[in-house]
Amino acid sequence: MTNPLVETVPLVEAVDVSRRFSRKLDYAEKIANLFGAGLEEKTVHAVDEVNLAVYPGEVVGLVGESGCGKSTLGRVMAGIMPASGGEVRWKGRPLTSLQGDDKRAMRLSAQMIFQDPMSTLNPRKRVLDLIGEAPKVHGIVKGGEMRDYVAALVTRVGLDPSYLDRYPHQFSGGQRQRIGIARALAVKPKLLVCDESVAALDVSIQAQILNLFMDLKREFGLTYLFISHDLGVVKHICDRVVVMYLGRVVESATPDELFDNPKHPYTQALIRELPSVTDRRRVFTPIKGEIPSPLHPPAGCHFHPRCPKAFDRCRVERPVLKENAAGHVSACHLNDLAANQTTNATAEPAI
Amino acid sequence: MAPVLEVKNLSTHFMTRRGVLKAVDDVSFTVGEREIVGLVGESGSGKSITGFSILGLVDPPGRVVSGQILFNGEDLLTKSPAAMRAIRGKRIAMIFQDPMMTLNPVLSVATQMIETVQAHDRVSRAEARARARDALGLVGIPSPEERLDSYPHQFSGGMRQRVAIAIALLHRPDLIIADEPTTALDVTIQSQILFEIKRLAAEFGMALIWISHDLGVVAALADRIMVMYAGRIVEAGQVDGVLTEPRHPYTSGLLSAVPAAVPRGEPLRPIPGFAPSPLSRPSGCAFRDRCARATDICATEPMLEIAAGREFRCFHPHLWSAA
Repeated sequence: MTNPLVETVPLVEAVDVSRRFSRKLDYAEKIANLFGAGLEEKTVHAVDEVNLAVYPGEVVGLVGESGCGKSTLGRVMAGIMPASGGEVRWKGRPLTSLQGDDKRAMRLSAQMIFQDPMSTLNPRKRVLDLIGEAPKVHGIVKGGEMRDYVAALVTRVGLDPSYLDRYPHQFSGGQRQRIGIARALAVKPKLLVCDESVAALDVSIQAQILNLFMDLKREFGLTYLFISHDLGVVKHICDRVVVMYLGRVVESATPDELFDNPKHPYTQALIRELPSVTDRRRVFTPIKGEIPSPLHPPAGCHFHPRCPKAFDRCRVERPVLKENAAGHVSACHLNDLAANQTTNATAEPAI
Repeated sequence: MAPVLEVKNLSTHFMTRRGVLKAVDDVSFTVGEREIVGLVGESGSGKSITGFSILGLVDPPGRVVSGQILFNGEDLLTKSPAAMRAIRGKRIAMIFQDPMMTLNPVLSVATQMIETVQAHDRVSRAEARARARDALGLVGIPSPEERLDSYPHQFSGGMRQRVAIAIALLHRPDLIIADEPTTALDVTIQSQILFEIKRLAAEFGMALIWISHDLGVVAALADRIMVMYAGRIVEAGQVDGVLTEPRHPYTSGLLSAVPAAVPRGEPLRPIPGFAPSPLSRPSGCAFRDRCARATDICATEPMLEIAAGREFRCFHPHLWSAA
């Protein structure tokens, strides 16, 4: 299913994108500062200078643990949240330069599907309006044709069109997720950003929805940015997997390469800890510690306090992404050690 | 070896305006001493209600309508509320999915843990505090003495779940019922908790009922597995046997629905359809509408078959050459 990617302009591209969230000082703290308390704004670097290109027709998986910034990056790339640094390019053009119709077209072309459809579907609206409102407003379909249009969509995602006049609470979790998918498809998007879209579903329903995603990709030529904490799911459906840790990309490769030959100690740990039915490993070898607070991330490599292989350089210098093999990049100082030992030549970073 | 827990023909029903909801329907199982039993099933299968029923935590309109729950030979269903209070937390403890819901946000961890100790044992505050500190240390919380005075929101999700486990361990219960305790946690943290739980259960000789929807977690942790569907246990047996050679079509369906079961990129094999509404379950085998092996006979109730340590309810079980 992986077509050899023709070298084209990425559909959406993040260039050095950062996203910071800060809390302004309140009055008491400002007054305290007048007396020399030296309080500073608390800033979370949710996404820290990330580069990521998604090419047309590609399924890119974004994995990491909670708080790693994967959802924030997804939202920034979908254009629903501005970047605080760097820029997002849509078909090569910076999002901030898009105006008028171009901007509207871009907004419609990038749609999101969220984890919990119950909190994203208006409980007071019927399925017909939930799905049909956007295409009607944007002139994709006329008011009189809306019902047929929505009926065709819900049939396509596996729902009975006789349910059009029902409300979200009358559906099961899997059915609600299908409504969310139909709503995203209704405006004829190019890119679907799926944020943990199957995480809340039971395994048999999850398989149904994943199959639906893959069928829709073929049928509508969709591109996916698939955000998930579940490596098993990502491995199955993605053409490329990007691993994030505390706001930074630590490794990126094709799923086969990543699972067979993980370079970053964090990726190695994630793959090792993945519970599996087939691998009945009874001994756990967990990595120590927890994800540090993004308010005060560790210096150097963010992973070094938990890393079994950390050495002095990891504590001071941020590792950059380097190419280990074709299409496989990782950000770890161990790469340099390995390169020095084997070839004694410094590899040029080519990303 | 006498079982710690013996559940016989347990039925827990909810009397709703739309009819009787049979959340747990004629469920029987035993948990041996020091045994780790995994109870798996999809949402709505009744696995949590089974756990709540054992502890007498089912609220109206729900009610245990029939059956026996023998804990060390005594029927918990005949106990008075006061007698149940003496058992709950002391000899049977429970760990829930979300510790933020079970820990009191306005009390420090020390207050809550001391209260738990003193609820069952007449000890001084200082001694109770010492026991609380030791329990926190046991579950791998660094600098437990200082952390005792923290409030639940000052802990991360994983640490909060460790606090919940520490509270469950305070009285060294014979049985812990854990309801999806790692579902909300990240995979590296989940792995740490599973590691600790397994170690502690062995160290203190506790039996464990681990309720989960994640077959992978149960495979790694449990000795025995019970698969629930629509309020019934449809298959039970040793983890190795059930997961490698499932007899019930639902178990095999669950196993082949995971992405790892098919080559990368190929369509997954979900179980068709979805679980029936608990208010209107079909007669006979509740799985028959989704089952490829179903025939007319499945409209009648399948009896429990027991063969070589394996139990299942199916007229058309998978046959394995070794069996």
